Amino acid sequence: MKIAVCVKQVPDTSDPDVEVHIDSSGKGVEEGKFSFVINEADNYAVEEAILLKEKHEGEVTVVNVGSEAANQVIRMALAKGGDGAIRLDDEKFAGSDPVALARILQAAIKDLSCDIVMTGCLASDDGYGAVGVALASLMGVPHAAYVKTVEVIGDNRLKVGRELEGGLLEMDEIDTPCVLTIQTGGNEPRYASFKGIREASKKEIKVMDLAATGLSEDQVGEAGSVAVMVQYSVPVVGDLAEILEGDPGETAGKLAGILKEKGLV
Amino acid sequence: MHEIFVLAEHRQGELRDVTLEMLTLASQLEGKVTAVLLGSEMDDFASKLASYADRVLVVDDPMFANWNAINFQAALVALINKDKPHLVIIPNTGQGADILASLALELGASFTSDIIGLAIEGDKPVATRAYYGGKINGRIEFKDAELYMVGLREGAIPAAEGGKSGEIEKVDNPVASDATARKFLEYEQPAVGDVDITQSSMLVSIGRGIREDKNVPMVEELAGLMGADVSGSRAVVDAGWLPADRQVGISGKTVKPKLYLALGISGAFQHVTGMKGADLVVAINKDPDAPIFQYADYGIADDLLKVVPALIDKLKEMKG
Repeated sequence: MKIAVCVKQVPDTSDPDVEVHIDSSGKGVEEGKFSFVINEADNYAVEEAILLKEKHEGEVTVVNVGSEAANQVIRMALAKGGDGAIRLDDEKFAGSDPVALARILQAAIKDLSCDIVMTGCLASDDGYGAVGVALASLMGVPHAAYVKTVEVIGDNRLKVGRELEGGLLEMDEIDTPCVLTIQTGGNEPRYASFKGIREASKKEIKVMDLAATGLSEDQVGEAGSVAVMVQYSVPVVGDLAEILEGDPGETAGKLAGILKEKGLV
Repeated sequence: MHEIFVLAEHRQGELRDVTLEMLTLASQLEGKVTAVLLGSEMDDFASKLASYADRVLVVDDPMFANWNAINFQAALVALINKDKPHLVIIPNTGQGADILASLALELGASFTSDIIGLAIEGDKPVATRAYYGGKINGRIEFKDAELYMVGLREGAIPAAEGGKSGEIEKVDNPVASDATARKFLEYEQPAVGDVDITQSSMLVSIGRGIREDKNVPMVEELAGLMGADVSGSRAVVDAGWLPADRQVGISGKTVKPKLYLALGISGAFQHVTGMKGADLVVAINKDPDAPIFQYADYGIADDLLKVVPALIDKLKEMKG
């Protein structure tokens, strides 16, 4: 079974100490203080790909659109069990929307004869959740989004569980080749072993630029996008909470007082 | 006048709220609003939709009783190609997000997903999206196209009252054969645990700020003192620190307790959607800019690992 898993490197904005500030261009954010990590849903996709490989044999290729800095997340996926990687890197790719990104990814994936292509269902920074579905459309294969469980039930058939609102699982059958966008929480992403990390450093990360993809300039970046983010702004905020000031002893005391006054404790 | 298509969402025999939110948004724009209902024996939904739309286009066929991305996309392609609306709004949900990009690409539409606002400027839509967990917004402009499509985030636009009386138009199913490349099998209900948090009168809820598994017992002690139950965000459930039936939010439970004490929860919309109906919300979070403070009545901008032990002491003192 051949699987490609697409990973994105994102700023770790889950850390409460990290503030997000709009930069002077108005189209970017100040990244100086960010630490970068693999996108959370992509981490689950990597695990799902490796679990399938372990059960059914095969090969997992890690695919990324990013600069050399993204090698960090690619190496980690290789250390966990990925066999090879392709990194698509060209300054012309900057500003790509999900359609342009899908086109770039497809250029790398089309020659791999994959049974399954996986992406995370959603990126934590821009939250489009559209790249995987767009990729399936470009590849002309079926897809399923928000997948939490994957089971091989036949030579070219999978049973997948899609997570819907309220935690309901929609069980579907789907033909391979297909694209699955993977939701968090369906498996337990492993940590890379020391042996794995050592071996990953020897695995090849093939780099493809625009010319290598065979795409033209107007198919990538903003030019190749159907929708472009033109200006960031700070959201208009409604009434904020009444903030209780003081050290932890004082704020806890005030809160206990409020809860008592309202008859809650 | 331009026509706006809105795809009604239903699941397990219920019309989902996001449908009325999309129709409310569509009604705020210039245009004729057409609700598209692909379903099976759903006449009562059609009449409800008629009060929010100028027209309800109904395809009544067992093929659409349950969601199937391939069948729904094929039907929408046929209906859209026939009537040529200017804008199509679909829900950015487990169903809608399953076809938005592929449908738009098949139709050659300019589109974007997960919008929280939409306006028409000149002749074109302009959308607002949230980035970085809601800390900043972005303005989206579209490449010129005959057709524009957006996926609307659930809960982003409050549904208004209806008041229209649109015509209901039944059309034949344009899809010749049921898809085989993908097939709906069944639903699996989420597991049910010992506590039903939708019935809890008070919840102490934890997020990423709890940092480690070993800090959970401290929160359980606090909840015990208050007579509250413990719930949490998706991150905590994904990490395996709380069972799935304790998850609050879009993919978990919608709760309405008298008190919701949010500890180390940033307030991403996926979570807030599930708890904004609480009577009193108190948030403790290190990040003073965390969106959760917009939904809280009282806030403490500090580390929960320092405040919670102090709060436990105070409550013990009060109890004597």
